[in-house]
Amino acid sequence: MKPKSRVVRKAKEAGFVIIFLAGIGVALGVLGVLLASLIVTAAPYLTPTLITNYANYQDPTRAGYAAAIAGTLWILSLTLIFSLPLGIGAAIYLEEYSHGGRISRILQAGVSNLAGVPSVVFGLLGLLVFVRGLHLGAVVLAGALTLTILVFPYVVITAREAIRAVPQSIRDAALAMGATKWQAIRRQVLPAAAPGLLTASILAAARTIGETAPLIVIGAVVLQTFLPYGPDSPFVALPVQIYAYIDLPGPEWQGVSAAGMIVLLLILFAFNAVAIVGRNRMQRMRW
Amino acid sequence: MLRSLVKRAAPKAVVPEPEVLQVPPPLTLVDVEDPAIESRNLSVWYARKHAIREVNLKIQRKGITAIIGPSGCGKSTYLRAINRMNDTIRNCRTTGQLLVESEDVYGPNVDPVLLRRKVGLIFQKPNPFPKTVYRNVAFGIQLHYRATKEELDRVVEAALRQANLWDEVKDRLDDSALGLSGGQQQRLCIARALAIHPEMLLMDEPCSALDPVATAKIEDLMFELKKVMTIVIVTHNMQQAARIADHTAFLYLGKLVEYNVTRELFERPTQELTENYITGRFG
Repeated sequence: MKPKSRVVRKAKEAGFVIIFLAGIGVALGVLGVLLASLIVTAAPYLTPTLITNYANYQDPTRAGYAAAIAGTLWILSLTLIFSLPLGIGAAIYLEEYSHGGRISRILQAGVSNLAGVPSVVFGLLGLLVFVRGLHLGAVVLAGALTLTILVFPYVVITAREAIRAVPQSIRDAALAMGATKWQAIRRQVLPAAAPGLLTASILAAARTIGETAPLIVIGAVVLQTFLPYGPDSPFVALPVQIYAYIDLPGPEWQGVSAAGMIVLLLILFAFNAVAIVGRNRMQRMRW
Repeated sequence: MLRSLVKRAAPKAVVPEPEVLQVPPPLTLVDVEDPAIESRNLSVWYARKHAIREVNLKIQRKGITAIIGPSGCGKSTYLRAINRMNDTIRNCRTTGQLLVESEDVYGPNVDPVLLRRKVGLIFQKPNPFPKTVYRNVAFGIQLHYRATKEELDRVVEAALRQANLWDEVKDRLDDSALGLSGGQQQRLCIARALAIHPEMLLMDEPCSALDPVATAKIEDLMFELKKVMTIVIVTHNMQQAARIADHTAFLYLGKLVEYNVTRELFERPTQELTENYITGRFG
């Protein structure tokens, strides 16, 4: 046998590390440029009135996002309240209870395909079923239900990964002591999977907060001058409001939009920070 | 579920049946009166693979019975059949009778959840829950009872003492069980099983992942435990079987080959196959 050259092996090692570093560098670089240009554009409009004023399409200095921020928080909380139990429940069924038969394979294929459906389609579905079919009207609840359907497959897929990552030996240990299947899941599998389940909720929140198209289709009100008062209130969400501002001519409106995007990102970061702190706490004790 | 099937069934892949080593009819040379566990024509299949073939075995109450045999001979499968842990494996089928305290555990009115409470199982690889030492031991109690803090404290301490672990962990009850050494983890698993007062303890190669000192501690523990409970241990370590077991059964290719008082089996094996195995000519 001819020995492999040590120099070539070392060179390959170094070469690939450079490629990998370049990959992460490009990603972070693009993100940095994006954030920087966003902040520069938004800077003149980052004032307290941005979050206290309502929509105003005449004077960019008085334009604000009050109704949109409140609407986004309403939709975000309701969507998470609906989608997390549903999605995690479906994941538990698929991972722990289904036997991999034909029905569960059809269910799995359904969930995966749902994840690939463009979001406008969910908007149309929401308009037909929730707004018109159930006569909810273009309200917070209809928006939240529509986005619930939209994020459901992501929650299912991520939660399944989290549950699957729990070693079989943990289930066996619980069952061998006379736990019922549900006791084993509730007391051992879910706590062990909790960090991954929080990842699922982070993904769901990110999707929910950023969705524009379905809410436009449902009929978010871009001229709303009051805070949403409940699930049955008309609403506007941040991305929809941003979209409405950016449609106006002139660089000042771009500034207002950029400022709105920063508010959007701050809300997302705040939510993710809470989830990540929670996840790190739980990760201290793992197998 | 598929993973678990693959994971557990794979090591039991078909062992080619060597022609010279055809399994003779089983030979039981010891008569156990009033057995705690008895199997009658017990067979277990994984899908089409016949893993346990009509095994008849009577297991002594308050003693240690060892099951030995080469890898893939079905000894773990037999052990897990006793507390119906094979139920969790898909495509696993069991026929024949398995009597625990004279009741067929595969009978119509048996709840495996209650059976497993009575018949504990210790796994090959220590598998403490990713929780504190205390919560590990308290888990079994909390499954079956509503207990106050004082009651729990008492049971946890008693179980840890019984498992000879109390002195080592009494100051670390609120630390992660995963920070314990391998041997301590295994004794913690035993304490966890003991906390719900099982009548029997099944041990599936409990020392194979441990060093000799930790192994000796577990063996000492088994000597103490056999005074109060029936223990069945699967081991591929013949010295261990010879050291601790009252009776030993030799399984090969899913069949019982020879069953005798341990000393007799090791000193005067009657079957050629047994002799070949214990002298290390195969296995």
